[in-house]
Amino acid sequence: MKQRLALFVPLGVFLLLSVLFFRGLFLDPNAMPSELVGREAPSFDLPDLLAPEQRVTEAVLKGEVTLLNVWATWCPPCRVEHPYLVDLAESGIPIVGVNYKDDTDAARDWLRDLGDPYIRTVIDASGRLGIDLGLTGAPETYLVDANGIIHYRHIGIVDDEVWEQTLKPLYESLQ
Amino acid sequence: MVPEVGHFALILALFFSFALVVLPLLGASSGNRLLMLSGRSLSYGLFVMVSISFACLVYAFVTDDFSVAYAASHSNSLLPIYYKVSAVWGGHEGSLLLWVMMLAGWTLAIAIFSGSLPLPVQARVLAVMGFISIGFLLFMLLTSNPFDRVLPIPPADGSDLNPLLQDIGLILHPPILYMGYVGFSATFAFAIAALLTGKLDSAWARWCRPWANTAWLFLTLGIALGSWWAYYELGWGGWWFWDPVENASFLPWLVGTALIHSLAVSEKRGLFKSWTILLAIFTFSLSLLGTFLVRSGVLTSVHAFANDPDRGVFILGFLLVVVGGSLALFALRAPVVKNAPSFKWTSRETLLLSNNVLLMIIMITVLLGTLYPLIADALNWGKISVGPPYFNLFFIPLMGIICVLMVLGPVSNWKRTDPKRFVRVLAKPWALSLVVGLLFPIFYAEGYSWLAALSVFIGGWVIIGSLGDMWSKMRSNKSLRQGYRQLGLSYKGMIVAHIGIGVTAIGVCLNSLYSDLRDVRMEVGQVVQIEDWGFRLEDVYRVEGPNYIADEALVTVKHKDRFYREMKPQKRRYLSGGNIMTEVALDPGLFRDLYVAMGEPVSENAWAMRVHFKPFVRWIWGGAVLMAIGAGMAVADRRYRRRKSAPKKAAV
Repeated sequence: MKQRLALFVPLGVFLLLSVLFFRGLFLDPNAMPSELVGREAPSFDLPDLLAPEQRVTEAVLKGEVTLLNVWATWCPPCRVEHPYLVDLAESGIPIVGVNYKDDTDAARDWLRDLGDPYIRTVIDASGRLGIDLGLTGAPETYLVDANGIIHYRHIGIVDDEVWEQTLKPLYESLQ
Repeated sequence: MVPEVGHFALILALFFSFALVVLPLLGASSGNRLLMLSGRSLSYGLFVMVSISFACLVYAFVTDDFSVAYAASHSNSLLPIYYKVSAVWGGHEGSLLLWVMMLAGWTLAIAIFSGSLPLPVQARVLAVMGFISIGFLLFMLLTSNPFDRVLPIPPADGSDLNPLLQDIGLILHPPILYMGYVGFSATFAFAIAALLTGKLDSAWARWCRPWANTAWLFLTLGIALGSWWAYYELGWGGWWFWDPVENASFLPWLVGTALIHSLAVSEKRGLFKSWTILLAIFTFSLSLLGTFLVRSGVLTSVHAFANDPDRGVFILGFLLVVVGGSLALFALRAPVVKNAPSFKWTSRETLLLSNNVLLMIIMITVLLGTLYPLIADALNWGKISVGPPYFNLFFIPLMGIICVLMVLGPVSNWKRTDPKRFVRVLAKPWALSLVVGLLFPIFYAEGYSWLAALSVFIGGWVIIGSLGDMWSKMRSNKSLRQGYRQLGLSYKGMIVAHIGIGVTAIGVCLNSLYSDLRDVRMEVGQVVQIEDWGFRLEDVYRVEGPNYIADEALVTVKHKDRFYREMKPQKRRYLSGGNIMTEVALDPGLFRDLYVAMGEPVSENAWAMRVHFKPFVRWIWGGAVLMAIGAGMAVADRRYRRRKSAPKKAAV
């Protein structure tokens, strides 16, 4: 009898594994939690893209819930993402842009031609802010609350699905 | 019209496989001969239907029918014809159809070649094969139909086959690998049929062995091809990455290797029967698991091209039914051994058992390493990935022990071996490989490497020791020639396969120890010197291919100041998708490869280049080819066909 019971061991191990697989199916392997979630956004002091003589600091993120969007003209997905950001801005969502390691003239043309969804855009020519944010690539979008605390990081394009299912609920809960 | 025919044939194939499960099983339980015999004709029907379906998909690709969504996303009118055909299995839907095609082929092969089986066993084996087909056909028809149309407005041109897959290695790799994966469905079916009938004798093991060896042959070749492809196509110069998808093919190989050895004990000594059954179930389960891991997107990997929870849930459900069901059947029906025939410490049984235990330990460590990121994520421990150091830490020493024991196996006798026998046969090979191992680093390179000495010693021990055993068996006869003739083909096959392991082991170790890898910035006119070899970048210019444009570098290679050859690596940009691909320039050799790959342009006339010197890298795949040849020889052994006619007469 004991021997018969031992024969059930492989079945048990397998069933246990399947539970893990089942959970694994609904996890997104691309979701990368950021070290920065729950912490204050890194401080910066960078020139404004449209008025380079002005300096912009992390204070721009404070006061209301804001999206911080990292973009560049050399990044094709950013071009895909851009019209949706314009829509978001029109519906009243404040977005701060970080023009990451880019040609500033091309970036200005881009905003002029495609519309400017950002309340302010800073020039991160050296990529220093990108390092502080732990950027993996462009585009990336951070959700920052009124006190300047980062609550979420999204890698890749923000589209209707990402906004409606992930960002918007968080955005509203932080209001 | 043609795609609809293909779709319809697939649906008919599903009906055939339903019938293939139900009718022969009914026949086997009621003893109805006619119903049992129906299994054979139904297998033919299944094969014909799946073939029609497959041919229709090939037709859609070859004729550039981009109204078929799958063709539109994986092919392009500019592709050369052979890539159009191989593009059929370049994506999820098509590779599933290839899987089913292979499965139908194996089912047909069983129906044709298993005439010597008792009819009820054959009927049950075919029914199990039919059951597996049902799962895969349903999966295709419900979640991934390759014949879906884009109507009413089909795209003007397809979006092209992933350029990584536009390559001879990738034309062959999936079909051969799948032959291996699917091949283990045959041993699985035999195991389930044995559990259902409760008949587990040495005849059962004898039927299984050629099927297991054939599947193992293909799996070995498939893995080697994949590794070769990664080596020259990915442009990193690596040949094994412990990537989840690679592991997914390696896991069934490990258990499959254990299975073919344990089958030997079950056939010859009637021992380890339950264990063998369990291994047969494991091997196929791991093949299915491999499919699940690759197809569901549970683990991220360079290979995974489907990332769809619906599909994942289906495969998991199917896995649960097949693996869970068969393990439950195993738990209920496997024979509990009452009084086992005894064997001594020094017996062949012990050695084969240790082979099995070691292979299972390796399998479990690789499985854990592969699944650990998933487990950690599921339990909210955070995102972790386990790197090559973990795998190497376990794999290399354990494999070393296997290599040392591997030579003892063929020398030993069943039940018990006189230790003096080991000494008599193996003392000389041991000494010889020790000397070769110790001397090798002195003559091969500057600076003595003890690890190189150890690897050559162990690899040489496997090769020389195996030959030594064959020598001693030949010598016991009147003449050597007669002695050679008297050795069975399966014995010679085993020796060849073992030598293959030794060759691969030497290749892997020496390649890791002595490779010289330079990732450098090179300006036109600059020279990179690796030992006696000088690589000079002469020029970079533009060339055009059928569906790409490329930057090509001209590199002249000098050996000891004498001109040796030109090498022309490329950086290709594919026109349809804009994908960038490196095309490596290789100078292959028995003892070393020269490897030049282009990286990114660094400035106006400077490029990042990879210039690698890779000793013994061909041995890695050469050994795998020897293993496959060995397996083929074992399959061809007449011993497994002799009894063909007798039971047939009895049945008539």
